[in-house]
Amino acid sequence: MPVSLENSKLIYRGLKGCGIRLLSALPETWLVHLIQIAEDDPEMRLVRLAKEEEGVGLSAGAHFAGVKSAMLMQNHGFLAAINGIVSFAHLYKIPLLMLVSYRGSFGERDPWQTQGGNVTEPLLRAMNIPYSCLDASASVEKRIAQAHTLAESSLQPVALLLTRDLMWGE
Amino acid sequence: MMLRIDCLRAIYSDLEKCLVVTIMGALPAELQSLGHRPNFFYLQHAMGLASSTGLGLALCLPHQKIVVLDGDGSLLMNLGTLSTLARYKPRNFVHIVFDNESLLSVGGFPTATSTGTDLEGIARAAGIPQTCSVRTVDDFASAARRAISSEGLQTIVAKVEATGPKAFITDLGLLENRFQFRRHIQSLAAKSR
Ligand SMILES: Cc1ncc(C[n+]2csc(CCOP(=O)(O)OP(=O)(O)O)c2C)c(N)n1
Repeated sequence: MPVSLENSKLIYRGLKGCGIRLLSALPETWLVHLIQIAEDDPEMRLVRLAKEEEGVGLSAGAHFAGVKSAMLMQNHGFLAAINGIVSFAHLYKIPLLMLVSYRGSFGERDPWQTQGGNVTEPLLRAMNIPYSCLDASASVEKRIAQAHTLAESSLQPVALLLTRDLMWGE
Repeated sequence: MMLRIDCLRAIYSDLEKCLVVTIMGALPAELQSLGHRPNFFYLQHAMGLASSTGLGLALCLPHQKIVVLDGDGSLLMNLGTLSTLARYKPRNFVHIVFDNESLLSVGGFPTATSTGTDLEGIARAAGIPQTCSVRTVDDFASAARRAISSEGLQTIVAKVEATGPKAFITDLGLLENRFQFRRHIQSLAAKSR
């Protein structure tokens, strides 16, 4: 599978560097390595979800408990989590670090991903969620740290879009 | 049939040493009418996520007892939560579902539990290790007390009447509640240090 193991490790290192100790996840192809690395790490509590919206509650609970967390999902999972983001994270000022694989954008071969790709960035903008694309390995760790810092200082959701250029090596 | 407010009154003092997360609307208004405490967090929207919030708390604070006060409508909106709870089986988690067979807080529309959906059965089939259904205040109080004072994940479905207070807005701000709750947890951590 041409999912980049190297860049997955880099992203994981970025998360660990921020002190993330709880990771909620719902898999998709691009996230396989990240989830496996988290599973193998005794310092990380990996919570496999049935639906991404649960992750908003988990991260809120972790925040109340003083534990740093992140959410791992694909953009369709972000779509599935929107009410939780608005009605919990925004309403109650909960910091969320959301790592969202950006399917359905340039280079996408799976027809079923393409609608979600169209609306991902417009929705993030409409929801006033600060976001940035992770597209080059050189800036991955720094940008994760910056996103985490902003989420914690502003007490709001912040998104990092994991792009094809970073995640997929063909 | 029993009233939810009577159930809450029966276990009010047992909740003192727990972290409590509730759903929105009528239930938090009832609980606040008995007296707000800094260890109570009322999730006044985001239907379905009270139990997920409780799971986050339970996994991060294994020495605290977490009590989630859920509703049939809220749980039906996030049935997957039962499978996630059962998967991680936090031993410090008590899941109380007040099943009034109704979306009471928006005017009382019947939910699927009114036509036979069995939330205790769903919880059991999802893998929640201990489940029960109760219909009297005495049974509720002893089941809830037992669950709070023992170890292990439990779902208690309390069949209650679909009645509640007239108004749901209290003078406790959402953010005030949220920051107070987090600060309370921090003070517990400081004490145990
Ligand atoms: C996503 C979403 N849909 C609908 C509502 C409107 N709503 C608010 S409270 C509620 C009913 C909650 O029902 P239940 O969990 O059974 O608790 P009860 O009100 O009966 O105490 C509904 C439908 C909402 N807040 N969010």
